[in-house]
Amino acid sequence: MAQPHQPMGSAANPGAIGEHLRVVPRRSSKTSRLADGVFQGLVWICAACVLAIVAFILMELIKGSSLSLHQFGWKFFTGSDWDPVNGNFGSVPFIYGTLVSSLVALIIAVPLSLGVAMFITEMCPRSLRGILSYLTELLAAIPSVIYGMWAIFVLIPLLRKYIGPVLAKTLGWTGLFTGPMYGGGMLTAGIILAIMIVPIISSITREVLVAVPHHQREAALALGATRWEMIKVGVLRNARAGIAGAIILGLGRALGETMAVTMVIGNRPEIAKSLFAPGYTMASVIANEFSEATDDLYLSALIEIGLALFIVTIIVNIFAQLLVWRVTRGTPRRASA
Amino acid sequence: MPETNRTIQWHRRLADKLATALAVICVLLVMLPLAAIFSYLVIRGIASLNLAFFTHIPSGSPGEPGGGMANAIVGSIVILLIGSVIGVPLGVGSGIYLSEYSRGQFGRVVRFTADVLNGVPSIVIGIAVYALLVIRQKHFSALAGGVALGIMMIPTITRSTEEMLRLVPNSIREAALGLGIPQWRSTLSITLRTAMSGVITGVMLAFARVSGETAPLLFTALGNQFWSTKLNQPIAALPLQIYIYALSPYDEWHRLAWAGALVLIVLIVATSASVRWVASRGFAGGAH
Repeated sequence: MAQPHQPMGSAANPGAIGEHLRVVPRRSSKTSRLADGVFQGLVWICAACVLAIVAFILMELIKGSSLSLHQFGWKFFTGSDWDPVNGNFGSVPFIYGTLVSSLVALIIAVPLSLGVAMFITEMCPRSLRGILSYLTELLAAIPSVIYGMWAIFVLIPLLRKYIGPVLAKTLGWTGLFTGPMYGGGMLTAGIILAIMIVPIISSITREVLVAVPHHQREAALALGATRWEMIKVGVLRNARAGIAGAIILGLGRALGETMAVTMVIGNRPEIAKSLFAPGYTMASVIANEFSEATDDLYLSALIEIGLALFIVTIIVNIFAQLLVWRVTRGTPRRASA
Repeated sequence: MPETNRTIQWHRRLADKLATALAVICVLLVMLPLAAIFSYLVIRGIASLNLAFFTHIPSGSPGEPGGGMANAIVGSIVILLIGSVIGVPLGVGSGIYLSEYSRGQFGRVVRFTADVLNGVPSIVIGIAVYALLVIRQKHFSALAGGVALGIMMIPTITRSTEEMLRLVPNSIREAALGLGIPQWRSTLSITLRTAMSGVITGVMLAFARVSGETAPLLFTALGNQFWSTKLNQPIAALPLQIYIYALSPYDEWHRLAWAGALVLIVLIVATSASVRWVASRGFAGGAH
């Protein structure tokens, strides 16, 4: 925040090399000037491709969903009836399932990730730091489909036998943990999503914590703060916005996560209060029904769900990036990669 | 006064210890599923792996013993190759543009868009490629699967290439230009060469990331129970096959799914570990 107008990565910014280039005398031959132009044109095309791809995705989604957009309008997002047979499509159950499963994931993952990030950057001995960050990042390397499979064969039996009954007994009065537990359901999906987003939230939080200037910590310690007070006053308070960004990035990932959720959530377009009950998410309805959708309206409705997912995740990601930039801007990115 | 002082100290010290303990518990709770997943993969996977897994295609009728995933392994390789052919040049190229040529608005927009593309759910990319290729060709194909994975590789490679090129000191570029080398030569043979191990690291990480992707392949590559390496036909892929087998009701297919998962995770972890190793020794020497 100290130097608000500093451009990103200013320290050794080769973007400024253009200024040096002008000084170089143009004694190069015509062909090499042509080659320079061609090369610059080529890499410009590559860069433009990135823009074109995103524009293309948006265009295809809008085009593909136009039928359903016209037919249902806003009712698509308020109706809760998903009936492919009669051609009636409302996406509320999927929006509900996506939001609830992501929320459960955040409730579990946020404290864990913050704890891990804090431990790695502020508390643990230097020798453990590398190995712990490697291990948390290893969680991010596991493919979604393997998470799903592990959940089916290991997590669900565990939940059904031990954790579910305990939750029903102690927290059953909330209405969130009632009814029979078939295994798959919102809770299972939330837990598996939580495991999947911990590495993202914790690694970005770590980046943000590292970016907090050292003198903040020293000042707190010099005032006689204990280590925890130093973290609370000197580090966390300064990194608030960035941590919020990290959490929102985790949310963005959870919203769009497909395979693991599809494998465990139960895939039923119902809205139930109990987290034991099966549900359905926006991503998983696409994954399950897209290749079966035979008539055009059905397909178009599924693409419209994709469009909604696309727009929501983009907004969430942009918002989160801005928050993270607010904290890490001005310090060298990725002090520890 | 000393009385109160001491009680405050006591509270504060307790809070400090408590916070540390909680953080340690968080770390343990996160390590628990990691250990559980890996131990299950190794135990169940090794028990299920055999030579037939690598040499046979799935047996004819569902759940029948025997058979393997040879076609899925080959299919994955084909799709990943197509993806790399598309993703690597585009990603490295736009990374070069962002680091060496971009001044002003356009570069910022591209950088931002790459971050946006990175956050797009993979299933949505699957839909877009379906609309682009599958509908036009009128059938699912290996090519469509490869294109989807290629698109997913681009943002990761773009951003890591840019970051690595930015680490190359300006003096190196100036020295090259001062010798009269045209800028494109200097960029390719001096700047890119200097940052090469870093750029390769980014490429490999992107590769590892997409090699486990299933969602974008669901309605592009589709999967296939038989041998096929044709680019315009549906093709099997390891993650797809694991998905189908894990959800099936047959023990024999579950066995194959565990074996497949082990092979996939070994591939991914080996890639990212070797990348770490290369990056830790290669790049430090190159840039400074």
